[in-house]
Amino acid sequence: MQIYRAHVLVCAGTGCTSSGSTVLFEEFEKQLKDAGIENEVKMVKTGCFGLCAEGPIVVVYPEGAMYCRVTKEDVAEIVSEHLVKGRIVNRLLEGAGEVQKEEAAAEQSHFFKKQMRIALRNCGHINPENIDEYIAEDGYEALGKVITEMTPEQVIDVMLKSGLRGRGGAGFPTGRKWDFARKSPSDKKYVCCNADEGDPGAFMDRSVLEGDPHVVLEAMAIAGYAIGSDQGYIYVRAEYPIAVKRLQIAIEQARAYGLLGKNILGTDFSFDIELRLGAGAFVCGEETALMTSIEGHRGEPRPRPPFPAVKGLFQKPTILNNVETYANVPRIILNGADWFAGIGSERSKGTKVFAVGGKIKNTGLVEIPMGTTLREVVYDIGGGIPNGKKFKAAQTGGPSGGCIPASLIDTPIEYDTLIEIGSMMGSGGLIVMDEDTCMVDIAKFFLTFTVEESCGKCPPCRIGTKRMLDILTKITKGQGTLSDIDDLYALADAIKSSALCGLGQTAPNPVLSTLRYFKDEYIAHVVDKKCPAGVCKDLMRYTIVADKCKGCSLCARNCPVNCIQGEIKKPFVIDQDKCIKCGTCMDKCKFGAIVKE
Amino acid sequence: MKSLEELRALKEKTKAQMNLRNEQNGLRVVVGMATCGIAAGARPVMNTFVEEIAKRQLNNVKVTMTGCIGLCKLEPIVEVIDPSGDKVTYVKMDAQKAARVVAEHLVNGKIVSEYTIKAEENS
Ligand SMILES: Cc1cc2nc3c(=O)[nH]c(=O)nc-3n(C[C@H](O)[C@H](O)[C@H](O)COP(=O)(O)O)c2cc1C
Ligand code: SF4
Ligand code: SF4
Repeated sequence: MQIYRAHVLVCAGTGCTSSGSTVLFEEFEKQLKDAGIENEVKMVKTGCFGLCAEGPIVVVYPEGAMYCRVTKEDVAEIVSEHLVKGRIVNRLLEGAGEVQKEEAAAEQSHFFKKQMRIALRNCGHINPENIDEYIAEDGYEALGKVITEMTPEQVIDVMLKSGLRGRGGAGFPTGRKWDFARKSPSDKKYVCCNADEGDPGAFMDRSVLEGDPHVVLEAMAIAGYAIGSDQGYIYVRAEYPIAVKRLQIAIEQARAYGLLGKNILGTDFSFDIELRLGAGAFVCGEETALMTSIEGHRGEPRPRPPFPAVKGLFQKPTILNNVETYANVPRIILNGADWFAGIGSERSKGTKVFAVGGKIKNTGLVEIPMGTTLREVVYDIGGGIPNGKKFKAAQTGGPSGGCIPASLIDTPIEYDTLIEIGSMMGSGGLIVMDEDTCMVDIAKFFLTFTVEESCGKCPPCRIGTKRMLDILTKITKGQGTLSDIDDLYALADAIKSSALCGLGQTAPNPVLSTLRYFKDEYIAHVVDKKCPAGVCKDLMRYTIVADKCKGCSLCARNCPVNCIQGEIKKPFVIDQDKCIKCGTCMDKCKFGAIVKE
Repeated sequence: MKSLEELRALKEKTKAQMNLRNEQNGLRVVVGMATCGIAAGARPVMNTFVEEIAKRQLNNVKVTMTGCIGLCKLEPIVEVIDPSGDKVTYVKMDAQKAARVVAEHLVNGKIVSEYTIKAEENS
């Protein structure tokens, strides 16, 4: 066995790969060789550490020093300073500039302090393409325990007691879902994994698949044992090539070790898993559409009941769980239901992973105990809002969810509380908005998404969401009336109660929740014909304040459509009919003579 | 793999390699590896620690490096730090001395007093 004194972990998740981590890996190998220490230092490609905005990320153990935004040029310094001489390169550390610590342990940084890693515990820690490393971190131990020591009823009992609820959006108790499927009599049953992850901006599931693919395989086998199934399918979007590749490697390795396939670990239990690639339609993440798609048909939802636990894939009892839901399962089996139920809040147990984006300093992936407040996520973990701007709202639940306004920033993040305030947990997208965000525009953004993704099968969704979008567009153009706002409410009601699937039923939520907390902004657009945040271009004017203008002509020379006229040393004027509202003039004026209103 | 025992055997084998990445409350061996330390022969000392520790499967001992401690003429310097932060400083180390520190101090908890900085100062 080769012995190493240091491990260099280079993130090979999608975020860091696109910011250049592959080149770094090769550069490290070269530099280590040049320094003659390639046999002392082990290079490992891992999954996402969660701090994508700071990528590419490199972590050097045993010190646990986390280097951020590493460039090819930095590699030589890390090798010669840290790996050869043992001096941590402070300037590249996470949070460098703020606090510089000699002994920088990754775990101590701000970003990680309030987090708790269950679903992401192996991400950024193990090499996802090496099953041995997964096994070394207790991998497949839970499956072994289940199939040798527990009955299916006991497994389901643990899941029920743990309080685990689905992480894919709806939050249905996982144990109950499994129990229904177990009790449905059939010669054949299926275990499916929803890795479709269609919410704009969400990448929690991708990170688990890329960083720890085996945890999903293990959990699905456990589910198979619990409900009496021998076949699993993972439905993953084809746009996730790294995740697909890692899953394929993981399945092959698990089969080679006999951890998938016939008679696992010498028992009577057999279970195998196949991948199915989705083409990336949002509606295919809906459970019945997903199953229709796996069957080889066009991915359209079908009416429920019958529920999948009774008649799902190929008309057989089927369970479908989200990637992150599965990622919790082996830990629950090993540590026990009480352990899990002790984490989080009264009605929401465990942790939740969020992809935090938008107007926030630390964009990336965070895993927090349920019940953590939005304030802690935004300010303590997220580092606050950049450029000294004010926090306005956060959006969760993507196109099915809603917003949480600044006045509710102390709301604990848990399933039921979020529903009560008109948002939802969703699958984990969390978009932070600052004072420069127009809430009507945000509602329009999400509705545009749903209109494009509606499968068109049922009229309320196909026609209704389009009508709502038309009204929003009208409002943002300054052509709305107060009765349009009433129409939005009426349409929302009708669609919610009559659409066939969750996509349509939840599509009005972003509109309803922005109306609930920011109705004054809608009114401003409709009555005053103004966009308070200055986003909606049709409601915006750039004008030159004559008193302040020195007549330097700088703005006129920079205007891309030449719509600013004037005489040198006299006030200039913007021709409003030709102005395209690009804002260039305002940026250029050295005297602050141009205002936006 | 035909049994849970086989799985566990593989786990134990790989675990030793993974330990480097885990937080643990064991001993820490810190080798001074600045230019002065390396010139004085810190590299073989470091490697001996790593190899001996792995050979004996001392899973709770971590070997790390540090820069110049400021006592260049006593290099190679090695500090052994226990979980409470108390440290023993060994000076003028070489590979053989390192092996002895592993056997006596790390395994049996007996400080090799003749290699410590105190012994050096008193001589
Ligand atoms: C339009 C629509 C899209 C969905 N997309 C996803 C998705 O991408 N990933 C996911 O896990 N669940 C998605 N869901 C939820 C699934 O239908 C289902 O509730 C979930 O996969 C169940 O797993 P869970 O109980 O583990 O959360 C979607 C639902 C709807 C209505
Ligand atoms: S609600 Fe929308 S997405 Fe769902 S079935 Fe109807 S048209 Fe299709
Ligand atoms: S750049 Fe400013 S000061 Fe100069 S002409 Fe334009 S508005 Fe007037």
